[in-house]
Amino acid sequence: MNIIGRRKIWYLISLILIVPGIVGLILWGLPLGIDFKGGTLIDISYQNSVNKEEIVNKLEEAGINNPNVQPGADNSFLIRTEPLDNETVQKMTTTLSKVGEGYKQNQFDSVGPTVSNDLKKKAIIAVIIASLAIIIYIAIAFRKVPRPASSWRFGVCAIIALTHDILFVVGSFAILGHFFDYEINSLFITALLTIMGFSVHDTIVVFDRIRENLRKSPSLDFETNVNNSIIQTLNRSLNTSFTVLMVLLSLFLLGGQTMQEFMLALLLGVAIGTYSSIFNASPLLVSWQSWTMNRLKRKNAS
Amino acid sequence: MRRNLWIVFGIIIIITVLAGLVDWPTGPNLSVGKYFKEFKVHEGLDLQGGVHLVYELDTSKIDEKDQSKATESVVNVIDRRINALGVSEPVIQSAKVGGKESVVVELPGVTDVNEAINLIGKTAQLKFLESNEKATSQNDAWVDAGLDGSHLRRADVQFDQSTGEPQVSIQFDTEGTKLFSQITQKNLQKPVAIELDNEIISAPTVQSAIDNGQAIISGEFSIEDAKKLTIQLNAGALPVPIKLVEQRIIGPTLGLESVQKSLVAGLVGILLIACFMIIYYKVPGLIATLALIIYTLIVLALFKIIPITLTLAGIAGFILSIGMAVDANILIFERTKEELLAKKTIGASLDDGFRRAWPSIRDSNFSSLITCLILYYGTAGVVRGFAVTLAIGILISMFTAITVSRTFLRLLVGTRLEKKLIIK
Repeated sequence: MNIIGRRKIWYLISLILIVPGIVGLILWGLPLGIDFKGGTLIDISYQNSVNKEEIVNKLEEAGINNPNVQPGADNSFLIRTEPLDNETVQKMTTTLSKVGEGYKQNQFDSVGPTVSNDLKKKAIIAVIIASLAIIIYIAIAFRKVPRPASSWRFGVCAIIALTHDILFVVGSFAILGHFFDYEINSLFITALLTIMGFSVHDTIVVFDRIRENLRKSPSLDFETNVNNSIIQTLNRSLNTSFTVLMVLLSLFLLGGQTMQEFMLALLLGVAIGTYSSIFNASPLLVSWQSWTMNRLKRKNAS
Repeated sequence: MRRNLWIVFGIIIIITVLAGLVDWPTGPNLSVGKYFKEFKVHEGLDLQGGVHLVYELDTSKIDEKDQSKATESVVNVIDRRINALGVSEPVIQSAKVGGKESVVVELPGVTDVNEAINLIGKTAQLKFLESNEKATSQNDAWVDAGLDGSHLRRADVQFDQSTGEPQVSIQFDTEGTKLFSQITQKNLQKPVAIELDNEIISAPTVQSAIDNGQAIISGEFSIEDAKKLTIQLNAGALPVPIKLVEQRIIGPTLGLESVQKSLVAGLVGILLIACFMIIYYKVPGLIATLALIIYTLIVLALFKIIPITLTLAGIAGFILSIGMAVDANILIFERTKEELLAKKTIGASLDDGFRRAWPSIRDSNFSSLITCLILYYGTAGVVRGFAVTLAIGILISMFTAITVSRTFLRLLVGTRLEKKLIIK
């Protein structure tokens, strides 16, 4: 099996996977939930049937601008508003409790703008620091890799594959957010960081094999060694991803609504992470290698 | 060599049995001499329902160097107020949100958020005022009499003997008693005002000097209000005003439903993994499954012992770590398969399989641990719980997937079952 030889095809597939998401991100942006932009999210239900318009009217009477009321099953409603102060929040709950009988509040989240801005900042910093730490770790762990490969290249290629995975998942959620009312919350950041961990975990297994093969058979050229390494670890990559995907799928299907978006993000991330560790990270090493080789050759020729 | 294997085997069995005992729902607690520790599952708010509140402190009026002290004192005051509510296992922590001093309050099992908010949020700054003789307008009718809530020994609810209305009685400490006696003497037949949070709640006229340090605040209280006020007064005033910036209420049914569903989902997931491993890798797969069960027992026991507050995200982290634990075994088995193809003996293939798979397992798990560490220090709340359970899972999986499965497999080498260990 020649995976490296067809690397241009794999790069093309990656582009096809990522571009729609990037377009979605540019057109619609990420569907930020109240964790990130502040606001109130309230999940309520009544015993008798209640009209959506009635709730909207009563809330507007109470001085709440543009409430977004979304009816659910069994007389339940999901209501979103802009950030409110505590007095308005209390007014809102008393108003709601009078609209119908058997008022029940299942969930209530109210996040102020300082909190949400803080979370946004922390999330971005966490992702950046994690990426840097991973590059440094790989560079150190692979420092004994035989020439002409350099350990930094391994780190950078792992991060490119990882960025690819993150872009795919984030882009997918931009599209899902636009068409299916998906929203991202702080769990989504957890999912992204998990995907990063998993993607690198997967990539490192292949890289480890490359390191070993480079040492064991230095007479073979770099491309062949990398290709052999991918083939030798293919079974493991597929089996591991398969078991993880099984667990995630069962959590996605059976795990209850609160976790569904989280699990979907993980499912997409693990699947794309497996793809990128086989078809992106290691082929990129070869592309990089041949690019520097060509440059050297041209230099020597001239 | 073989004796050592049996010793390790024995240790594994002992650890497993101990972990199993801790896991048992009515399991034992640890008590060594005076030291006592209860082993129990701490459920996060999203699992058992409750209230999550974040308050921002208005520290604009105090020195920068006193800010952390103010935060500490806010935490203490809120803690005392909450204790009076009788909430079990409340969490009250200081935090920094957007660079500002904040306090996070978590009240498991509480559903009436307004009660909690009203109790916590009031500054409860009690002040006594006397009438200003040089008053020129309505605005400066009162001046500070120099007596405030910090001179309080305790406050209680009592009822007016003639009208039956609830009142708050106050007992001053030694200094407060002295001050109060002076104030009442000075203001005989004149009104003295009692101010709470910049609002005058009553202004009785002094009939006689009071030396016993007792005062009564009557101000058309409901019993609830009077009770709340005594709690706030006894807990002390907040040193700075606080503002509620985040509130979350999780209904108990939602939490319960999530727990049950994710437990079922997790079990189904583990079963699927077991089936896959046994079908694909046969006897070694069975041993990997055994290692996985031991792994689950140990991790759950650690959750109880440490203890870890379990949240939905935490459960997700744990389940993900199961995937990584299985990965170690898959790596080892795939490697062993290659060694067997090179015509080595079963024992040698297993040994080499473990040895050669180790760098991959180590490097990949370490990079995941780095991510966990950054998650833990860089974030708060939900994400943190996830990082903790994932990290514990990864650390334990390195022990079970390697030591446990290697010991079991090696014990089978040289027995009649040896042939069954060949991985095709």
